[in-house]
Amino acid sequence: MLEPGVFDDLTDAESKALAQCRHAVLGTERPMRLDCGVELGPFRIAYQTYGTLNADKSNAVLICHALTGDQFVGDSNPVTGKDGWWDSIVGAGKILDPARYFIICTNVLGGCLGSTGPLAHDPANKQSWNLRFPVVTIADMVRAQAALLDHLQIPDLFCVIGGSMGGMQVLEWAASFPKRVFAAVPIATAARHSAQNIAFHEVGRQAIMADPEWKGGDYRLHDTAPERGLAVARMTAHITYLSEQALQRKFGRALQNRDALGFGFDADFQVESYLRHQGSTFVDRFDANSYLYITRAMDYFDLAAAHDGVLAKAFKGSATRFCLMSFTSDWLFPTRESRAVVHALNAAAANVSFVEVESDKGHDAFLLDEPEMFRTLSGFLQGAATARGLRSPR
Amino acid sequence: MSQPTRTPIRVDLQLIADMVQPGGRALDVGCGDGSLLAYLVNFKQVDARGMELSQAGVNACVANGLSVVQGNADTDLRDYPDSAFDYVILSQTLQATRAPREVLGQMLRVGKRAIVSFPNFAHWQVRLRLVFGGRMPNTPSLPHRWYDTPNIHLCSIDDFRALCREMGVKVERAVVLNRNSKPIHLPPLLSNLIGEQAVFMLRRD
Repeated sequence: MLEPGVFDDLTDAESKALAQCRHAVLGTERPMRLDCGVELGPFRIAYQTYGTLNADKSNAVLICHALTGDQFVGDSNPVTGKDGWWDSIVGAGKILDPARYFIICTNVLGGCLGSTGPLAHDPANKQSWNLRFPVVTIADMVRAQAALLDHLQIPDLFCVIGGSMGGMQVLEWAASFPKRVFAAVPIATAARHSAQNIAFHEVGRQAIMADPEWKGGDYRLHDTAPERGLAVARMTAHITYLSEQALQRKFGRALQNRDALGFGFDADFQVESYLRHQGSTFVDRFDANSYLYITRAMDYFDLAAAHDGVLAKAFKGSATRFCLMSFTSDWLFPTRESRAVVHALNAAAANVSFVEVESDKGHDAFLLDEPEMFRTLSGFLQGAATARGLRSPR
Repeated sequence: MSQPTRTPIRVDLQLIADMVQPGGRALDVGCGDGSLLAYLVNFKQVDARGMELSQAGVNACVANGLSVVQGNADTDLRDYPDSAFDYVILSQTLQATRAPREVLGQMLRVGKRAIVSFPNFAHWQVRLRLVFGGRMPNTPSLPHRWYDTPNIHLCSIDDFRALCREMGVKVERAVVLNRNSKPIHLPPLLSNLIGEQAVFMLRRD
């Protein structure tokens, strides 16, 4: 199945993932030029699909995952055994129904679940890239996805959808390939990463790099891993995904398995125990170097910068139908960030809908059971499908 | 998908819809529950978008497949480029804006035409209530009381015509409706007395 020589030395997680999804080797004839100037190729994109491409190839939907997401959007993740990360939206009888749409979800370039990233071998010297892997951007991730569509001979997408970093990819798709995007749904996202968000990412990266097991990124050569650093990175990030109200509601000051304070540094509080658990389970499924690269890609994202500093120029003449959503308690990608995109889209006279969903669940709300989000998405997709001439299933 | 069924819409909205040529682009400012938008999309093949102040209204519209953003007529029309739409529509909202003249100016910058409907403050019932009742008017088209009304810039049909003259705006069509929402055809002085509301289609001169 896997091309020998190019992609050996897979991690267990990669092997399990690639056994349960498809992959394509791209950039074989001509390497892909990355934003940093490096020519990358050949490279592999691991992806999962649901449903069937229709005869006129008009029903393809691309789902873009967030920072630590993966291609297993609608079926069980072979590494964690958990349900697909957007199982509430993708599946039979759900909003993105494989009976109606051909759904594609790729592991991003730079990822660690089958697509080429720092874990892969540099074809030039058969050594793991580790920190020698070129820094990739959101635009590079999107270029790799576009190359996959070329490979699959899919001319354009009915819809590109994603939340958080997935939403950044959606915006990049709409700006870079407007003619290939009929409808775009960027959720809980922004057209540029804010100083505060870059700051949180830097804390996470420093935690990884401060772990003595990181070894300059070459931890696999030493048969070790910066698990403590990566866990701390995850713990910090996880706080930013929740709202203050959600944390208070879930944990308050409740104690963990004890009746009184322990006067020590064990996890006295439930919230501590919860975060430690989040950190320790994360290291089982995610690679530390990949975390460095993907957070960097988000930090570098600034869609306006690539268009003379004017965001509206990124969407000039766009015929794409946009639907943006934000959540009231999301302080990582607050509503004002979505609104800035809406203003730019209006300035480009683009077709845009924008809904702010009332929720106290913070940034993570886009992954959770939010009926208002489901209603919005369902109505928007129905309207777009009618405009596209897509028939209802059955 | 099955053909949408034609449910009747408010008379003034129907009048506005009838003024819109099929196939163009329209922006409905203050689109409420989206009934005019849905009509324009389904029956006039218009690329129709909406702007609505209330988030609940926006969410309901989008859930019905309409393209609507949350926004304010006073501040958010500035975002749009010149002549982005064939029509910019403002139904029963002008009197609730902070700066109606600015809003009209923006509408005619963003749209090639503007369609505006508003209640006539010189309607005979309004006059009677104020002159003989000595109280702020409370009529079917002005149902609020003075302390809870969103209407801060009420005008008469003649006032509106005067503003159009002042702004150098061409009135392409003006339809005046009586108490039963039936169009009436009377000289201006009587229209301003009998008309309960009016629909104007304007164009930059």
